[in-house]
Amino acid sequence: MALLEIRGLTASVGDKPILRGIDLTIEPGEVHAVMGPNGSGKSTLAQVLAGNPAYEVTGGSIKYKGQDLLEMQPEERAQAGIFLAFQYPVEIPGVSNAYFLRAAYNEIRKARGESEVDPLEFADLMEEKLALVDMDPSMLGRSVNTGFSGGEKKRNEILQLAVLEPSLGVLDETDSGLDIDALRTVADGVNKLRSTDRSFIVVTHYQRLLNHIVPDVVHVLAGGRIVKTGGKELALALEDRGYDWLTDGAATAGVSA
Amino acid sequence: MTTPVGTEAIFDRLGTVTAFDEAFHALEERDGAEAPASVRSMRSAAFDVFRRLGFPTTKNEDWHYTSVAPIAEHEYLHVTTASGDVRQPALAPFTFGHNEWPSLVFVNGRYAPELSNVAQLPRGVRVLDLRSAWRDAPELVRELGQITSFENRTFTALNTALMNDGAVVHVGREVEAGAPIHLLFVTDAVAAKSMMHPRNLIIVERNAKATVIESYVALSDAVYFTNAVTEVVVADGATLHHYKMQREGMRAFHVGTIETQQGRDSHYLSFSFATGASLSRTNIYTTLAGEGCGATLNGLYMLDGEQHCDHQTLIEHAQPNCFSRELYKGVLDGRSHGVFNGKVYVDPIAQKTDGKQTNNTLLLSDKAQVDTKPQLEIFADDVKCTHGATVGRLDEQALFYMKSRGVSRDLARQLLTYAFAADVLETMEQQSVREELERMTLKRFTKVESSEQTG
Repeated sequence: MALLEIRGLTASVGDKPILRGIDLTIEPGEVHAVMGPNGSGKSTLAQVLAGNPAYEVTGGSIKYKGQDLLEMQPEERAQAGIFLAFQYPVEIPGVSNAYFLRAAYNEIRKARGESEVDPLEFADLMEEKLALVDMDPSMLGRSVNTGFSGGEKKRNEILQLAVLEPSLGVLDETDSGLDIDALRTVADGVNKLRSTDRSFIVVTHYQRLLNHIVPDVVHVLAGGRIVKTGGKELALALEDRGYDWLTDGAATAGVSA
Repeated sequence: MTTPVGTEAIFDRLGTVTAFDEAFHALEERDGAEAPASVRSMRSAAFDVFRRLGFPTTKNEDWHYTSVAPIAEHEYLHVTTASGDVRQPALAPFTFGHNEWPSLVFVNGRYAPELSNVAQLPRGVRVLDLRSAWRDAPELVRELGQITSFENRTFTALNTALMNDGAVVHVGREVEAGAPIHLLFVTDAVAAKSMMHPRNLIIVERNAKATVIESYVALSDAVYFTNAVTEVVVADGATLHHYKMQREGMRAFHVGTIETQQGRDSHYLSFSFATGASLSRTNIYTTLAGEGCGATLNGLYMLDGEQHCDHQTLIEHAQPNCFSRELYKGVLDGRSHGVFNGKVYVDPIAQKTDGKQTNNTLLLSDKAQVDTKPQLEIFADDVKCTHGATVGRLDEQALFYMKSRGVSRDLARQLLTYAFAADVLETMEQQSVREELERMTLKRFTKVESSEQTG
């Protein structure tokens, strides 16, 4: 059974249609890159998968592990193993990173019928996960993302991913705003988390992230549709030639509509 | 109650014979007759003022957002003898895990020596009930009425007219009192339809330091009326941390006034926590009467259902080179109504005043209501004063972010609410009290979902 099956998905923000019929199937362990110009609907797809209420699904279906994903609340999706790494992680002043992470970890364990862990057990777990993304333990004592640099925020997203161990990680432009060192750290973290029972959707504008996180499949999104699908070499072609040769003007349809 | 005189009447005058008359005469003739002559004449003068004023209407600028009609329409019995059945274990939820702190406990308005703990006071610290003070500490009793004025204040006048019990705390020169001194006013079901007028006096002498907690709590949901007045002196170079915990019963009425006089280089740090009572009004007034002193007035109120909670603060900068900081936060759910009215007044001679005042409100429901009125009145020309207010809702983006990590809606709301309140709670220096309030803040909002469904 496929991990994720998207059929004829359409979605809007307000009255504005953004996704105009997406079909996408992801098997366990696969890494799919979703590329495309600004306004093509890449981020909308990521947000819709996570259940952001600001996006309205107007048609189509999404099956995740055989379940109707569109019927599930955002927290139920997360508890079922979907994780969205945000392009712009949200600052939550007053809630410590450690407290938040443990709360999330325990909520997911609870949903799976597992026992909650206490702060001491959790600290042991964190030690291992922090090393994975080369993060200083002092970051745990700070408020969630508050005052973090761009790189720190993205690293924090990957830390959460490492702790929550999803079946499907959706990385929404995780490379944006990162210098090359930070990009490498984040990509290394993701690579260490790749496994046969964990899939990824890597949403990105540029090919450079895909030098580090090498995808199995590359999709090009334009005007709210997938206009081309290929192997990792497709990303290189896009880097050389841009998007225009594929989109034939459709790339900006989502923006101008 | 009688009809107001004219439509613009700012006080609602009382009828000819009321429960208040009866209470006053009973006190004068029997139950309070052993009070010193000075107290008895003060009572008389205050009762005249109360009779003349009656209760304020919402035409009165100080009571614009709070109608006291629900208080005025009941008749209350003035409790002057020991009553109720309160045992030590019942107090555990209110003692911050510290039975050993010096404490005066009052049950249904009367001092309860068997529940109090004043045996092991530090040297130089006196803690006694008001009636004992009449006998044993006339030099302290003389200070009563020196800080507060009842001339245009109905509730202070009423309290003064009926004062017959309360707490007196005296911290001598250069003394550090150490552990907090807890003044705990508790009611049980016997308090139904009664009124209490606790009168407290706290004097912290020169260069002394103390923490005093004033708690008003309930063991039942009886309808009763607390009308407390606390006079505070923080002498030159002294520091007082003064916490007020208003956790009255959910059907109770509470009016509490704290009036403070600060000497040169003194520090007064007040925290008002309010989560109880159906209708409450807390007044906190401080006068920076010496150079170089500081006042910090912070507070947190958390309301639900039909609760109405009003805070009025006044910081008077009467001397140069003083600073004041004020941060009040409100978390309003259900159909509750929060009011904040804070005034910073800077006298013409109070140059180099540094004042900052902030009121932030978090609305958890569409039906909750807030009135906020920060005010600056500045008559000096070389000052730095700012004020501001915000009203907001829980951040939808933050809620989605938390949910996308598997955190349930309830827990996400609870954490964000807690986060909203966290910075003002962090200003409390006393760790046990702060931790207890943090726990209460977290706990209170675990039931948000159910209150929304029924609301």
